[in-house]
Amino acid sequence: MTAALSIENLEKRYANGVEALKGISLEVRDGDFFGLLGKNGAGKSTAIGIICSLINKTRGKVRIFGIDIDRDFPGAKACLGVVPQEMNFSVFETPLQIVLNQAGYYGIPRRIAAERAERYLKHLDLWDKRNGISRELSGGMKRRLMIARALMHEPSLLILDEPTAGVDIEIRRSMWEFIRSINNVGTTIILTTHYLEEAESLCRNIAIIDEGEIVENTSTRQLLSKLQREVYVLDLQKPLRELPEFGRGRWRLTDPTTLEVDISKEQGLNGVFRQLNAREIRVQSMRNKSNRLEQLFLDTVNREERRES
Amino acid sequence: MSLDTTRIAYATIVRKEVSRFMRIWQQTLMPPVITTSLYFVIFGNLIGPRIGSMEGFRYMDFIVPGLILMSVITNAYSNVSSSFFGAKFQRSIEELQVSPTPNWVILAGYVTGGMVRGLLVGLVVTIVALMFSRLRLHSVPVALSVILLTAMLFSLAGFINGLFARNFDDVSIIPTFVLTPLIYLGGVFYTINLLPPFWQTVSHVNPILYMINGFRYGFIGISDIGLGLSFAIAVTFIVVLFGASLYLLERGYGIRD
Repeated sequence: MTAALSIENLEKRYANGVEALKGISLEVRDGDFFGLLGKNGAGKSTAIGIICSLINKTRGKVRIFGIDIDRDFPGAKACLGVVPQEMNFSVFETPLQIVLNQAGYYGIPRRIAAERAERYLKHLDLWDKRNGISRELSGGMKRRLMIARALMHEPSLLILDEPTAGVDIEIRRSMWEFIRSINNVGTTIILTTHYLEEAESLCRNIAIIDEGEIVENTSTRQLLSKLQREVYVLDLQKPLRELPEFGRGRWRLTDPTTLEVDISKEQGLNGVFRQLNAREIRVQSMRNKSNRLEQLFLDTVNREERRES
Repeated sequence: MSLDTTRIAYATIVRKEVSRFMRIWQQTLMPPVITTSLYFVIFGNLIGPRIGSMEGFRYMDFIVPGLILMSVITNAYSNVSSSFFGAKFQRSIEELQVSPTPNWVILAGYVTGGMVRGLLVGLVVTIVALMFSRLRLHSVPVALSVILLTAMLFSLAGFINGLFARNFDDVSIIPTFVLTPLIYLGGVFYTINLLPPFWQTVSHVNPILYMINGFRYGFIGISDIGLGLSFAIAVTFIVVLFGASLYLLERGYGIRD
């Protein structure tokens, strides 16, 4: 089966000498929901920029559904939709003009474009705003407009570069549902995000890029299974004056009614509760201190940094 | 892209460009009309009668073709340079970059947009000129072909300016310090036969001289330059500028790292 995206030894060295990509290789299967994670400046946006022709590569191969971008970039681009990280539409045009024009650039006849515009603008709650000036849209609306625009030519591969950045939680959740529904009908999605709960919730496979190199590339499930420890926050029914003597695990009393405990994978939660019961400490509620993927991401990136130093 | 999809992409860029300058018609169509009306009033009606005739024609009739072409040149140029730079500045040029639209279609779309504005302003200025001058056309095909070639040439030049521009100053420097002097010294207001031989020779280096004289021939049937040379110069510049624009676009100069 042809991969939706195939990258081989992709390198990018900027004119100022910065090596943004150090020969990364990656394959995204057709129909996948793929997460590309990394810190700011790790090389995510450079990789995406090369894939969609906003940045010239230094070396390497990129194929979109088997089409080599060096041989037939227009053919490859026809399969590709991009929602960039930063706003990149004319703020003086209306949302309707923006999506219709985008369809036109892909050679879609006006009648079909008008039907799709109505469908996607309605799906993304922008139909009522279609004839207003885009400059006056809220941040969340502008992001949704870019999603609608990217869908106008119904791409087989959709790249979402931080699509929910700065969007409130309610709209973010509805955008997740919408993106999921696009993936469910067969569109391959590549997502970069800083919200790791978003990646954990949506992505089936994840690659972590750090300082221009891929340091992890596996399924979300396998990646999460590598998590060696988790930090739990326990809200206590009664306040404690001081931290009691516990056995295994690292315990911290952050305030009289809040305990934090680092639990290793093999230790499990039962042991923790046994220790608490033995000291008659009652727990009212419990939560993860950080998202699991977030913890793993930090562990991976920090491990790479330690290795380098 | 097939021929049909290419046609749709081209029409989309042209439609977008035309709607852009029509949306701000007070900034794009009105100023040249006011400026050239002032030229007609001052140089034609007030000073013109004191100058008398130029090459056997009323001074007003002599300068009208040059003034029309001047408005075409400046508007075609500034439309493309400012629109393309604006798209770069807002990053909306990325909409085109990520699409499969071939570079030559992007170039053709922007150039057509510039030509439409230049010709529209030229038409309005011509209508205004009718109030001051008894316009006559010696050769419609010559006048039309010269004005089309000129609009195309300066749209291409504006495109290159837009590609190179890194800030708003870069968009206004060339029109102010290069284009305007070349237009004024290109024989809009005089025949180069009035100049001493040395300055006549220097004037021949100015490409705008050829266009203005070609256009003037279309109106009143006289020219300081051979008509064939006027066309040859215009076509040569178009070919060179088109090739240069396309090369720069392919390399992604100014729009791609």
